[in-house]
Amino acid sequence: MAAIITLDDVSVTFHEAGRAIEAVRHVSLEVEQGEIFGIVGFSGAGKSTLVRTINLLERPTSGRVLIDGRDITGLKGGALRDLRKSVGFVFQGFNLIGNATVGANIEFALRAGGVPKARRRERTRELLELVGLAGKMDSYPSSLSGGQKQRVSIARALANNPRILLCDEATSALDLETTEGILALLKRINTELGVTIVFITHQLEVAQRVFDRVAVMEDGAIIEQGTTFDVFAEPRHGTTQALVERFLGVAIPERLVPQLPAGRLVELRYKGDHAFEPLISAVSNRHGVAVNVLHGNVEYFGTQPIGTLVVLVSAIREGQRGARDVEAALDELRGKVFGFQELTDAAVEDALGAQYSGGAHGTGQGTTRREVLV
Amino acid sequence: MSGTWEILHDHLGKALWDTCTMVGIATVVGVVFGTALAVVLYLTQARLFTPNRLVNTIVGFAVNAIRSLPFLILLVVLIPLIQLCIGDPYTPAGGAIALSIAAIPFFARIAESAFAEVDPGLLEAAVSTGAPLRQIISGAVFPQALPSFIRGIVLTVISLLGYSAMVGTIGAGGIGDLAIQYGYNRYETGVLIAIVVLLVLLVQLIQWAGDRLALRFTH
Repeated sequence: MAAIITLDDVSVTFHEAGRAIEAVRHVSLEVEQGEIFGIVGFSGAGKSTLVRTINLLERPTSGRVLIDGRDITGLKGGALRDLRKSVGFVFQGFNLIGNATVGANIEFALRAGGVPKARRRERTRELLELVGLAGKMDSYPSSLSGGQKQRVSIARALANNPRILLCDEATSALDLETTEGILALLKRINTELGVTIVFITHQLEVAQRVFDRVAVMEDGAIIEQGTTFDVFAEPRHGTTQALVERFLGVAIPERLVPQLPAGRLVELRYKGDHAFEPLISAVSNRHGVAVNVLHGNVEYFGTQPIGTLVVLVSAIREGQRGARDVEAALDELRGKVFGFQELTDAAVEDALGAQYSGGAHGTGQGTTRREVLV
Repeated sequence: MSGTWEILHDHLGKALWDTCTMVGIATVVGVVFGTALAVVLYLTQARLFTPNRLVNTIVGFAVNAIRSLPFLILLVVLIPLIQLCIGDPYTPAGGAIALSIAAIPFFARIAESAFAEVDPGLLEAAVSTGAPLRQIISGAVFPQALPSFIRGIVLTVISLLGYSAMVGTIGAGGIGDLAIQYGYNRYETGVLIAIVVLLVLLVQLIQWAGDRLALRFTH
């Protein structure tokens, strides 16, 4: 697999009110032909600026951008416009021409691509069919839902058969169900048309569903990258861990906590095939302890699962012997899973404290979310 | 009272026609050249297009300079120039020139702000398609700015109608001239009232038509 996009030590610095802001700092990465490459990070990390360097909406202050091995960083005029025709861009805010029909919005791109007038309407029809909006040609964007608007903007981005599609938070303005539809469409465009996709998002559920590989950005720099499963199964950097924790984060039912029997509360995380091993009952039988599952969750990254369990391990035998049983059971668990964290009373109280003292916060949900790093 | 009718009958048609030509010519000139200046102002300050602070500052200064003169003073300043161009400045043609010169910077700022209102995200999207500048302006910026643009034309016409009365006071004709000459100098209050009513109706009509038109292009 060859790299279709190469960023070579790219930096972007803005000058605002006499102050230099380094939005992107020395980023190097390669996107391979035909993959869906994700860039995730909290907002303000520089993701949008970075993706804009790929079609030179933002010019790197230093470094090079290569497409198919060709340095495009210095392109101007007609050559730059030709490049942009081969790179589609989908925005968070759709950015359609509101006073033009859906058809006219797409024809705008076709005209830019030099498609003769006679062919444009036909091609527009094809594109609308592709994105599932046949029959909306003469509607105005204001009459469409958010998901439909995003479909129009995807059709516009695909008008000139680009080999690359850049998506900047393309689903962040949409509700969950609409997001699913848009992701399915993008996935189809990726597999059926072979379009390489670079997708910026802060939503891990998007990353989890469609990304082949992912880079995590913070403060303008890439802090971690790899296959989506590897990065999220074993996040090494604090920010990645925080992102993952926010996503997989454990919810202990609030009203359960005061009633918990004596025992030790642990959070286990396991990945891959281990997720299906009957670990809990094996440990429970072998060591003669009671294992109470308080919370369980399995998330799939591509086809690979990451499981999270919160269990309460309690002794069955009395006194010292019981305590030893629990200790042995915890040891075995620790050895079998890849993420093990004992939740001390303090940790639980920490997690719940905000709710008990904070009043309104969280009472509607009835659960608490723990933000502890793996 | 019969005097009023006579005066109106004899002079109103011509006065109205003169006003319409002066305002019409000035509006067309103002919209054409004002839009051109607005495009220059807009492009030279938009990061995505051709930012050029020098050109932007120079054009902006020229526009502001003309706009900073009250119309009556501009008119007085322009009289020698108009004289040079067409000989007699105290004619509807002379008035049209003065009004046109006032209209250009006036409309330039209106059109510039209409362009500036266009969502920068839309510009990014248009640029991302690889469209040339001309297509981006005509196919994306202009359709989005059109409703504001139309309202701006209405504002310009109404302002020019007001200015045309001042042109009238120095004898360039039009209904302002009529109102001053007969209504004021000769104490023909009826003429004055008739012209006031006419102006009120005219402005209402222009505003109404403009609003409808602007709405038609808003989707």
